[in-house]
Parts: sequence; C-alpha cells; structure tokens
Amino acid sequence: MAAQQLSAEQAIAEVKDGDTIMVGGFGLVGAPLSLIDALVEQSTATDLTIISNNVGEPGRGLGLLLRQGRIRKSIASFFTSNPEAVEAASSGALEYELIPQGTLAEAIRAGGAGIRGFYTPVGAGTDLAAGREQREIDGVLCVLQPPITADVALIYATWGDQLGNLRYRRTAQNFNPAMASAATLTIAEVAELCEPGGIEPESIHTPHLYVNRIVPSTLRLADVPGAGT
Amino acid sequence: MTDARDVIAARAAQELRAGEVVNLGIGIPNRIPGFLDPTVEVFLHTENGLLGVGPRPQPDELDLELIDAGKKPVTLTAGAALFDSAASFAMIRGGHIDTVVLGALQISETGDIANWMVPGGKALGVGGAMDLVVGAKRVIVTMTALTPDGEPKLIPACTFPLTAVGVVKVVITEHAVFRFIDRELVLTELLDGATEAVVAAETSAQYRVALA
Repeated sequence: MAAQQLSAEQAIAEVKDGDTIMVGGFGLVGAPLSLIDALVEQSTATDLTIISNNVGEPGRGLGLLLRQGRIRKSIASFFTSNPEAVEAASSGALEYELIPQGTLAEAIRAGGAGIRGFYTPVGAGTDLAAGREQREIDGVLCVLQPPITADVALIYATWGDQLGNLRYRRTAQNFNPAMASAATLTIAEVAELCEPGGIEPESIHTPHLYVNRIVPSTLRLADVPGAGT
Repeated sequence: MTDARDVIAARAAQELRAGEVVNLGIGIPNRIPGFLDPTVEVFLHTENGLLGVGPRPQPDELDLELIDAGKKPVTLTAGAALFDSAASFAMIRGGHIDTVVLGALQISETGDIANWMVPGGKALGVGGAMDLVVGAKRVIVTMTALTPDGEPKLIPACTFPLTAVGVVKVVITEHAVFRFIDRELVLTELLDGATEAVVAAETSAQYRVALA
C-alpha cells in the first residue's frame, strides 16, 4: 500500500504511553528532526522505550525527550555524547541497555528480516554478555543476540516519493534502512518529496513496502544550533 | 618531535601497508593520516557508513551530512562508497577490514584490551569498539605508556571492563613498539631515544625483549 502523506504532528498522533520507538541517526546526522520535534512538542506519550544509537545531545534531538522525563528505557551503543543521559542511567532514573554498535544494527536488521537471533563473537567474555547465553562455535566464544523490533520507527531520508520509496544521502543513511524494516509503524521524514518514478529504481535504498507514513521535513540539520561544529 | 602523541602516530603510520582497508579510532589514530607516506595509499573506513574517508573539509566544502565516527566533518575520496550501519558492521565483523588502529585504557600481557569504560567515570558507551577489535584482521593499539596519574597501561591483567579477549597484535607507545608473537608479548623496538630501562619502568606486564 502507498504511504500516507501527513504532517509530523498527524503522523505521530497515535504514539502512546509505553510504546517502543526506534529513531534513526548517528548523532544528529540522519536523525528525523521534524518527527522528534513533533514528539517533543505535540505528544504527551510517556514511559517510552527508545532505541537509537545515541540519546541525542543535551537539549537537542532525543535529549529534549529525556529532559521531559518521558523515556523509561533507552537501548543504545553510546550514551556519552549526552552527559545528561549518562547521569540518568548511572543514577537509575533511566533504565538502559548498552549494546555494541554493530550488534545493535544487526539485531534491528534481523528484527526486520524475520531472523530470531544470532550468535556473534562481539562482546563475548565481556560485561556486556552478562545474562546472555554464550557458547563456543568453531572454537570461538559467541553471545546470543535476540532480534530488536519496535512499535514505531522514526526515520529520515533526503529523498522520498509519494509511495514511500526512500533514498539516503552521504552518512545520513546509518541506522535508517534497518529501522525502516523493523517496526509495526514506520514513519519516514523526507527533505525532498517527489512523484513515484522520480527516483531511479536502482537507486532506491528502502522500497516503499516498509514505509507506512511519509512526512515532509520542516526542520533541517542546518537549522539546529551548533550543527557541524 | 616532542609531542608524545605525534611520536606514536608517526610510528603507527609506518605499520600501514599500501592497499589496506583501515579503520582509525578517535584520538591519536586520527593523527595518522598526517604522517602517512604519500606513496602508500590506504582506504579509510569509518563505521558510520563510509569507505574512502578524505581529509577534513575546507570551509566551502563543509557538508553537515558527511561525518566520521567521531561525528566530525570529513570529505569523500574519489571512489568512496557509502552504506548503512548494518552493512558497515558486516564488513567489520566479517573480517573485511585489514587493520584497526585505536586507543586503549589498558592492555594485558595476553592481548586483552580495555578501552570503553573507567569504573565510576562519566562515560557510558561502547560504540563500535568491540565490533572493531573482534572483527579486524589486525588490531594496533596506540596509547601513551602511562595514565595521567602515572600508572602503567601495559599490565599483567586488565582491571577495567574488557572490550575483547586476546585480540591485540601491536602496541605502540611514545617509547616502544610491542608485538604479540605466538601469544607472547615482545618488545621489538625502542622509540624517540628511549632505553630498555625507561620502557621497563613504565610497563608492569611481563614481556620478552627481541630488539630488531
């Protein structure tokens, strides 16, 4: 089915208390800034589990949602870029799960691809394997990682068409394609929206069957104070 | 040269071979491109999704959507390729990265590495460090010999949380090059006029000496 074209506020209207939400981006690059802004300003949903490589930065991106106290749990590979998140996690105010970046990406990919888990040598024998099944495979100690899925994925692509086909730019790709595939409701924010056929079929990174809603960007990376510094 | 970090980066640059795919961590490894022999072409990979990392941009080249894993702006080399995080880490985990050069807090005499967490510290994040040291064919550690408090970093066994077990191949400090040969730590080279006594005083790990 073709993606619905909505405003950011309309697109996130059904996000509810207790939802698990994936958010694309590596830092602020590739993050769906308009959708995050709508979630912060227009939604009251709380008790959220957020899956994202970082928890934004202090007072920017997902860092705003954290300040509102609406994140119950965060699953990420790197909290350090937001000292407020580190402090919340250390004090117990924020539940967290720390996962190696590649394991996080692959678990999301697996979630979207119907893979029910995988064994990886990354993290085996370390504190991050605590509480997880470990076994030797061909003489190499590995740790079992279950797939990661979500109720909602908020993603960003520079180019999109009205069906929901997406094409990413530069290093703004990062977690977006995997997350697009791994949620019940995928909402894609796009900087440039075109008619179907406007993106060369070979150049489409995310085919439209993964995308439920498409939202024209209203907030760009260049608008964020301090971006690029 | 007086800056210890430049001594380390310059020596690490000599370890890289033409044609290799190399991932450079933040800190000292980021200085390596400045010391590379221009005739040695390596392909720099960054785990956020780029093979073919070029120099930092001039102001008129700045692209906010083109960054490295340290979230700093970069440029693309001719022939650069861009991909998503899952693909990038498949390259890493799948053994397609020849060499990773990264910093460390502690290295054990059996090649264990601890580089993601100081207990009680203000950092909470592992990023791609565990993936890189497990997946890369060759792990080179660049670090000053001592902590800011004057404690050795090359020690019998790591006391900080581990990043990975037994993966380190080369350790370069401002005074020495160590290699793990048949799982044994070996001092192979003295740097910047250092003596064996200097190296011994700042190393608590057991090692064999086999200077070239």
